[in-house]
Amino acid sequence: MTALAQCVGVSRRFGDFTAVDGVDLQLGPGEVVGLLGANGAGKTTLIRMLLGLLATSGGQVLLFGEPPSRRTRQRIGYVPQTLGLYDDLTPAENLAFSEAVFGAAPGEGGRQVIASALPESLRPYRRTVVGSLPLGVQRSAAFAQALAHQPDLLILDEPTSGVDPLARARLWETVAIAATAGTGVLVTTHYMDEAGECDRLMVMADGRVVAEGTAGQIIGDARVSVVETGSWAAAFAALEAAGLPATLVGRTLRVPGAGPADVRRALGPVEASVTVAPATLEERFFELTLTSERARESA
Amino acid sequence: MTAPSPGREVGPAATAVQDWWGTEEACVRYGDKLALDHVTFRAAPGQVSAVVGGDGAGRTTLLRCLAGAIAVDSGQLRLPPPPRIGYQSAGSGTYPDLSVDENLAFRASAYQMPAALARERSGELVERAGLAGARDRLAGQLSGGMRQKLGVIAAMLHQPDLLVLDEPTTGVDPVSRADLWWLIARAAADGAAVVLATSYLDEAERAVGVLALDNGRVLGSGTPEEIIAAMPGTLRVSDTRPEGEARRRAWRRGGRWRIWDPPGQPSPLITDLRHQNPDETDVIMTKTREEMDGPPGQLGQPPQATPAVAPDLQDAVTVAILARELAAGQPEGGGSR
Repeated sequence: MTALAQCVGVSRRFGDFTAVDGVDLQLGPGEVVGLLGANGAGKTTLIRMLLGLLATSGGQVLLFGEPPSRRTRQRIGYVPQTLGLYDDLTPAENLAFSEAVFGAAPGEGGRQVIASALPESLRPYRRTVVGSLPLGVQRSAAFAQALAHQPDLLILDEPTSGVDPLARARLWETVAIAATAGTGVLVTTHYMDEAGECDRLMVMADGRVVAEGTAGQIIGDARVSVVETGSWAAAFAALEAAGLPATLVGRTLRVPGAGPADVRRALGPVEASVTVAPATLEERFFELTLTSERARESA
Repeated sequence: MTAPSPGREVGPAATAVQDWWGTEEACVRYGDKLALDHVTFRAAPGQVSAVVGGDGAGRTTLLRCLAGAIAVDSGQLRLPPPPRIGYQSAGSGTYPDLSVDENLAFRASAYQMPAALARERSGELVERAGLAGARDRLAGQLSGGMRQKLGVIAAMLHQPDLLVLDEPTTGVDPVSRADLWWLIARAAADGAAVVLATSYLDEAERAVGVLALDNGRVLGSGTPEEIIAAMPGTLRVSDTRPEGEARRRAWRRGGRWRIWDPPGQPSPLITDLRHQNPDETDVIMTKTREEMDGPPGQLGQPPQATPAVAPDLQDAVTVAILARELAAGQPEGGGSR
């Protein structure tokens, strides 16, 4: 089966700066792939190349088996971070406008644009302009708009930022329904809890893919040291002084990238119990990003 | 100044070392809307407290009260004197037309910090937060994460007793977020009561105290463990979306469906977890249920192999929002206003 989106050794340079460096990606129908990366890791540049907004400097991008074009763009639904809605139109007016744009020329295979029916969840808000809606509803409206032309490929850039957990769950329901119907989904997120909604994750750092797989596969056997102490502030200062930055969880400190013996030594006279625990995805992500940064600096 | 009622308690009592800062039964009204509805919140010095809730929940209003920026219509505020409060408003709270250094110098002079101390402290925090290379850049030209870091440094620069941060980590990438959490921990280690609004429940789980707000009302408050323990009813997971009435009580998480059974709901009991490869908490949950409900099947329903799940903070807060929505008979809105 033809991949919906395929990148083979894709690179993009801006002057001396390589924003995307030899990325391979394959996205099939019904797949949900999560793209994780710090700012500047190359996620947005990669998405812009997939959307056909930016040319590659090397390698090849194929959408539905062909190079990005106006025609491939019609088969893509895209929700940018900024949502891409007109604040002074209602959700229905936004949808109608978007359909007029996408519907002017139906895409490949005689696909029909569905009539402008608002999803059930948006009906109570049909007379309210987008700018006056709660953020969760605005995001639902942006999803509805991106899905209205039944795209084969859905690209979501931080789709759930700033909404409550129930609203977030409902946005993911929408994504899951689209994926079950065969749409391939590429989604960026900074929220590691959402990794569980993806079939597969790709971690980018410095323009390259540095890890790929499920959350469990990416974490592997990464460990952190856990410091339990009655005086966390003293322990925090002692670890900092030893160049072992700790993260605070309640009154417990977690130290990535350092074994318990090193941590014990760094704590000096501070009374504490030091144990080892499996790293979280966020901690593993952090380690991958840091490793990549150090490799670049030493190169 | 003595404390009027309703009002703000500032005076000899409030300038002495306090065991908490916060609000007592605070109400704030904007026109017809009760933005805060009898909210009691306490933030202890030397620890991080989180205020969670969706858009329109009342987080920003509460934080503005804590910053001393707005008064309460009824109830009490217990706050340090204004110069001892640090506040970062939503959106970063920096001056876009000033450089990083100028933002901090301006803040230091506003708080009348001795110049040498201000230089030393901003130098140290800027260096540690990874902003050293950007000192001459205008705040308006920084990336979102860098701007938030600058905002937090500016708010904590004068070592306030109460540090109030309105969503410093929303939309911020994980690397900048780690720097932000270091700053937050550093402020708490220095003795500040840190109050942080966030929409990320995994982040709130790192706080010692959590206040969950929805529609201006308190959904839950206490340690994350206390909020989880206070969740009414029970939680199941399923690979498929349930049909019928239970559909309204289900939501998606981690690629599966969570189904909430309210107290008294005749729910399929959780049975044979030996086939589910349960972890310890699942087993404890099941045992607890069996003790409470009697052996499986007693409620007249055929036992089903639906694994119970021990809720975390995210589940508990989701259930609270869902329960309110179901009680109000609201349509699925995806918002919380």
